[in-house]
Amino acid sequence: MAGKEITRIMATDCGSTTTKAILIEKKDGEYRLIRRGEAPTTVEAPAEDVTKGVLNAVGEIEDLEGRKFLKEGGDGVQVSSDSTDGVDIYMSTSSAGGGLQMTVAGVVKSMTGESAQRAALGAGAIVMDVVASNDGRLPHEKVADIRRLRPDMILLSGGIDGGTIDHVVELAEIIKAADPKPRFGMGYKLPVIYAGNKDASEEVSKELGEQVELKIVDNLRPVLERENLTPARDSIHELFMEHVMAQAPGYPRLMDWAGHYVDGKWEKVPIMPTPGAVGKLIEIVAKNEGIEVMGVDIGGATTDVFSVFNSGEETVFNRTVSANLGMSYSVSNVLASAGFDNVMRWVPFHMDEADLRNRIRNKMIRPTTIPQMLKELVVEQAIAREALRLALVQHKELATGLKGVSQERTIGDAFEQTQTGATLVNMMTLDLLIGSGGVLSHAPRRSQAALMVIDAFLPEGITMLAVDSIFMMPQLGVLSEVLPEAATEVFDKDCLIRLGTCVAPAGENKKAAVLAEVHITKQDGSSLDISIEKGKIFVEPMDVGKKVTAVIKPAKNLDVGNGPGIEWQGELEGGVVGIVFDGRGRRPFNLPEDDSRRVEKLQEWSEALDIYPERFINLEGGE
Amino acid sequence: MAFAYTPGLRVAPSTLVRKERRLPLAGETLVGTGDPVIAETIVATTHLPGNVKMLNIANVMGLPPGDIHELLFVAEGDVIEENQTLGQTKGLFGLFKNTVRSPIHGVFESYNKITGQAVLREPPIPVEIDAYLKGTVTEVLENEGVIVETNATYVQGIFGIGGETRGELKVLTDGPADELTEELIDESCKGKVLLGGSFVSYETLNKAIKTGVKAIIVGGFDDKDLKKFLGYDLGVAITGHEKKGITLILTEGFGRMTMAHGTFKLLRSREGMLASVNGATQIRAGVMRPEVVIPLEKAEVSKDTEKQAGAMDIGSPVRCIRAPYFGKLGTVEALPAELMVLDSEAKVRVLNVKFENGEIATVPRANVELIEE
Repeated sequence: MAGKEITRIMATDCGSTTTKAILIEKKDGEYRLIRRGEAPTTVEAPAEDVTKGVLNAVGEIEDLEGRKFLKEGGDGVQVSSDSTDGVDIYMSTSSAGGGLQMTVAGVVKSMTGESAQRAALGAGAIVMDVVASNDGRLPHEKVADIRRLRPDMILLSGGIDGGTIDHVVELAEIIKAADPKPRFGMGYKLPVIYAGNKDASEEVSKELGEQVELKIVDNLRPVLERENLTPARDSIHELFMEHVMAQAPGYPRLMDWAGHYVDGKWEKVPIMPTPGAVGKLIEIVAKNEGIEVMGVDIGGATTDVFSVFNSGEETVFNRTVSANLGMSYSVSNVLASAGFDNVMRWVPFHMDEADLRNRIRNKMIRPTTIPQMLKELVVEQAIAREALRLALVQHKELATGLKGVSQERTIGDAFEQTQTGATLVNMMTLDLLIGSGGVLSHAPRRSQAALMVIDAFLPEGITMLAVDSIFMMPQLGVLSEVLPEAATEVFDKDCLIRLGTCVAPAGENKKAAVLAEVHITKQDGSSLDISIEKGKIFVEPMDVGKKVTAVIKPAKNLDVGNGPGIEWQGELEGGVVGIVFDGRGRRPFNLPEDDSRRVEKLQEWSEALDIYPERFINLEGGE
Repeated sequence: MAFAYTPGLRVAPSTLVRKERRLPLAGETLVGTGDPVIAETIVATTHLPGNVKMLNIANVMGLPPGDIHELLFVAEGDVIEENQTLGQTKGLFGLFKNTVRSPIHGVFESYNKITGQAVLREPPIPVEIDAYLKGTVTEVLENEGVIVETNATYVQGIFGIGGETRGELKVLTDGPADELTEELIDESCKGKVLLGGSFVSYETLNKAIKTGVKAIIVGGFDDKDLKKFLGYDLGVAITGHEKKGITLILTEGFGRMTMAHGTFKLLRSREGMLASVNGATQIRAGVMRPEVVIPLEKAEVSKDTEKQAGAMDIGSPVRCIRAPYFGKLGTVEALPAELMVLDSEAKVRVLNVKFENGEIATVPRANVELIEE
């Protein structure tokens, strides 16, 4: 890079709930994280300006660091060309916007309507409404509903190629009549994707071309027996980045703030969408280390899952956005999707359902609050387990295709997939699982994050677990665009916290009381024998960076990586939690059905991993 | 930092309220700039395309779709009456004819030679938009609608269901901590917007609907009642379109929650006045909260009665919005800069709040909201 070396970096991530700022500086030849600050995101009234949250978050760093980083009058981050004051570069990512909210339209509700819905869901949208020619509503009711819901984007499909044109055009007429105003931004056109009968493209274009930001892609249901969702999905992602996010209040100013001086000239650094930035970083990690990686970022409105898995000779990167699974805006939807019982199975005390529902609703309507009491934390982490679990289910369903090949699904294939599990996600071959997002990164104890990730994702065999220490993967993702070496250095030293390796035999053997025998040889030559007992989980403390050689002999039919009953030899690495030996079973993993036994087990596991303070055992429901 | 930013809801004794009243599609505006309007004044009107009826004529006639055209008595675009004969087969020796009659009054819009389907459209549906508020038209959006402005008492709720409605404000509970019970609702509540205290139950809500109550403003409501009332579990908070015959506005949240004294006091002082309310809520960025708008007579107007939103300082009135102090009101006693460890072991920025009973508690800054009184 031309010009002066960058040694002071300010980066922010404007999440849907919190805006996080980090200060990175190069000292003694290495880039390190110096300070972080955070503040509520300010897209809501009364501020309605994303930059206010940025100022507050950077202001916190100023307070803690005792230095100035903001311009006089609060008009942005002070970026200097000569290292005199402020920082050398400012950059930002953002997911403020509360997720992508879409309305989809198709001719027949159960056919193209449903295909459109699948495409939108797969792209990570919340589908607010499915408009169809046969949905039973009068046209003016459809018009009114589209207007009222104010979708961020509309996906219009309908008709197989060569099929109906009139109905599709009629849907276009309805959208035209609705002329929905997007949530943000005056005078900006609503993005509409047309992925229907190719013969109707021209007519649809005539109807909508002037009024909306129309993008025409391949039909998502070219013939009745086949879906082709990829073009529509890609297009949704693209338009979301380009049009929807950029309309959040205050964005244009934020875009002006982000940049640096190159040879005395101001150069902007584009604002990167948070999921895009995190995905980039995950890909870099997988590439640099030559491993299979999965990352999850659980936010307030959405949960993103990223994975890099091998498929034959190729490595395939996949990303899904579960726009309706999150810990604040979408928290009620987690309860609705997972069900009360599934959430409560992780809670070792009894709670009145009505009470829990009210608490969750109150979190939804006041999304920025945090648990003050231990009991509330336990409940929140239980919800997080379910949100993570459901996000993984969605990811598995979508991460099936081959790179560069359209993810086409025939009715027959769909049937095959469930039969053979043709998803690329393989929890047995997965090497590294990284958790990110407030509930994981900010968990008061690292062991809580470890167990949340283990319970939700159920890693099999040998898997290294890690968390983003203070939730800075988004900022490092955008930094990697400008200064890859700084991003990698800070990621290794300050961001990625290795929790430790999880060893979990998978498979069914009802008779085995011991799932695997482990023989460990430490670096000093001493050795240790461990039995992974059925139904138990425990930790062997081992510091970050320390490695031991291990020989693991699974019981009959059980697998730790080399196949059922086959011995595994290799290195196990420690972490801040240690090496976790999980004998609770995989395929299947079940919690005891008997309630008191379940509570007893949860308490036992909590104690084994030192998840919660001792008073956790005596917690009861209610206030 | 001398102060901290915190979100809050608007509770303004007097402020300028500006409402855009738009038609669902282009039409005609009926009022002009400067015109005084009342809530019921129709400000714009249009005709939406009528409902479409699909009729498979080929199936009814029992003939291939391509053979139908010459048997039709109507052409595309013709006005048709209910029961009017649209077409007829030739029959056998003039007998056994199959006749197709129109099920609606409207227009014969099109016939598809491939599918045999005819599209019949009912007459256009008139749509009218009212002013929603008593006020003045300050801008006309050509063919689309108008902007109505008024000086009003403005109260934002935290969550609501049901759309726009209006009625005279009637206070039903003695104080903000009292529940709005079934017994309090009688015939005198018909057509009114009721102000309750801390809570309303599912049963009371139903009685209110039967009585003809327009809207209820209360502190809290149970989520299990919401599910029962709506008939489904609300996943993402996007409301306003429910057609339950009533609009419900919660000022505090879910559960039994004393309404903020200031909110209750302000609304009580407006008893007998006409309130326009809207329960529509969208909780996400670009948030939309439910509202109560009570237009004021000119004499009552005083500008700048609102505090600067968002700035929290020592002495600022706040409401705790999370357990264990949920719903409690107090003032900011201190804003310590250093992070503190909570019961949950989380290390966060906090503030000390002095409650109305003199008790002082430490709470995370994220768990309070400013009361703008």
